[in-house]
Amino acid sequence: MTEGLLEIAGVSRHFGGLRALSEVSLSVPEGEVHALIGPNGAGKTTLIHQLSGAQTPDAGTIRFAGEDVTRLPMHTRVARGIARSWQVTNVFTRLSALDNVALAVQGRQRDWGGSFRFWAAVDKERAIVDEAAMWLAEVGLAGRERSIAGSLAHGEQRQLELALALATRPRLLLLDEPMAGMGPEESERVVELIERLGRKVTLLLVEHDMDAVFRLADRISVLVGGRLICTGLPDDVRVHPEVRKAYLGEDVA
Amino acid sequence: MAGVGMKSALYRQSARRRGLAVAALVALAALPLLLQAIGQDFYVSFAARLLIFALAATGLNFIVGFGGMVAFGHAAFFGAGAYTVAILAQHGVTSAFVAWPAAAGLAALLALGIGAVSLRTRGVYFIMITLAFAQMIYYLFISLKTWGGDDGLSLPARSGFGPLHLGDDAVFYWVVLACLAAVLFLLDRIAHARFGRVLQAIRENESRMEALGYPVAAYQLACFVIGGTLAGLAGALIANHGLLASPNLLHWTQSGTLLVMVIVGGVGALYGGFAGALTLLLLEEALAAVTGHWHVALGLLLLGVVFYAPRGVAAYLHGLVTRRQNDD
Repeated sequence: MTEGLLEIAGVSRHFGGLRALSEVSLSVPEGEVHALIGPNGAGKTTLIHQLSGAQTPDAGTIRFAGEDVTRLPMHTRVARGIARSWQVTNVFTRLSALDNVALAVQGRQRDWGGSFRFWAAVDKERAIVDEAAMWLAEVGLAGRERSIAGSLAHGEQRQLELALALATRPRLLLLDEPMAGMGPEESERVVELIERLGRKVTLLLVEHDMDAVFRLADRISVLVGGRLICTGLPDDVRVHPEVRKAYLGEDVA
Repeated sequence: MAGVGMKSALYRQSARRRGLAVAALVALAALPLLLQAIGQDFYVSFAARLLIFALAATGLNFIVGFGGMVAFGHAAFFGAGAYTVAILAQHGVTSAFVAWPAAAGLAALLALGIGAVSLRTRGVYFIMITLAFAQMIYYLFISLKTWGGDDGLSLPARSGFGPLHLGDDAVFYWVVLACLAAVLFLLDRIAHARFGRVLQAIRENESRMEALGYPVAAYQLACFVIGGTLAGLAGALIANHGLLASPNLLHWTQSGTLLVMVIVGGVGALYGGFAGALTLLLLEEALAAVTGHWHVALGLLLLGVVFYAPRGVAAYLHGLVTRRQNDD
């Protein structure tokens, strides 16, 4: 079997006595939309932290595009093509929506010293500004360019969060509950957006909304108590006995 | 057109601001002539000292207010600049073309070293470690008898720019003013350039910037070095001003004074360092003539700033100006 874009092998992480992740192994091929589900406290967000570089695993390796990234700092991983969104909205609340995304676009610039440029006004760099506006339109925020991020509605801030991640032009996008706290209408918009994205980038999606998960995911992994108890096609996972017991059972009950 | 956002809202009156800045520059440039006309030449030297402290405080404000790093060791760079000029003069190098860039360059190297270590820490630990480095340098210099020890190292004469002699107080004042104006102009450019945008965003949300692919520590270090370099230049000027590189310039109370200037003037405001140095030194000058207990008045001033102008004198004045403009 050829190596996937993302190869997680035996990753463990504990906090004091608590084993948040136990020997998690997972392979995500390029182009896949992979959903990660599991009850609260199963370690889903902890796994995202290990992948994004916010934390480093105690054991195991993470390979991305053939390279061991286990010990790389977060900003280097972003440059390699791993971006993430947060469960709790994490944007620059005092900047405009456009300036938010412009920062993400600017972060990719490698011309003439990248962001170590001290003279020319960045507001006048059309390429950056225009691309930022394009990403805002992509996530459905056209017309909100000048709005201060902190004043946007909750759903809009979630969309902005996605635009920030997208503007880094990732190969792998880690989405931590992108629909958290959204109304049904906003959720539907985001599901459609993720459907479109899924055709362009590899996605690892943590989500509680099962309808969305089964609609979007090519494959699903189930994390319970820090262990990956199964990985498979949505139809297989749906009927997996352990999954029903450990996770879906909660919904049924 | 899209493309600007909050910053342009703040800078909408930029043309008017530029007009004010030019007017202030002209007024400051005319000051020595005015003082000579009314026979108060002594104050030309005082004004030069004020502008030098404004420059040092501006450098610190770039680190504290713009970079979001509360550094408590700015005296190290200030003093290093002063001693560089004095030591070079001791060895016969009196050209400002050589000595001043050397002072700024040495301060930059020092800031690079101190910053690289200190930036591994955050918050109160950063304050303590920058303080510790500065005190180490202070004790190093008072123990070195070849460089004057406790007494400091005096300069035989001021540096010279070729045929231009800085011995004349008015000429020296103009050179200092030119340095300060150039630095403020440069910092204003930086604030609006890619680098400045990154610094402001790091100040607001450090972890998010890391997640957008920015090596945050590298930008903070660059900011720290820029601020230190400016203090080095200010140090070169202060040594020329008093013809002395004193260990007092390296003492932690000097770092404290500069930090107070920044807080009084306005943390993060372009003119914050200037406003703070102006307020503090004028107050000191005025009150010292009346009473030896001028520190009491300083304490009251600080209380007043905290209660009535928590964003500093510069922001307070800016608020007054814009309010009047809105009334027009």
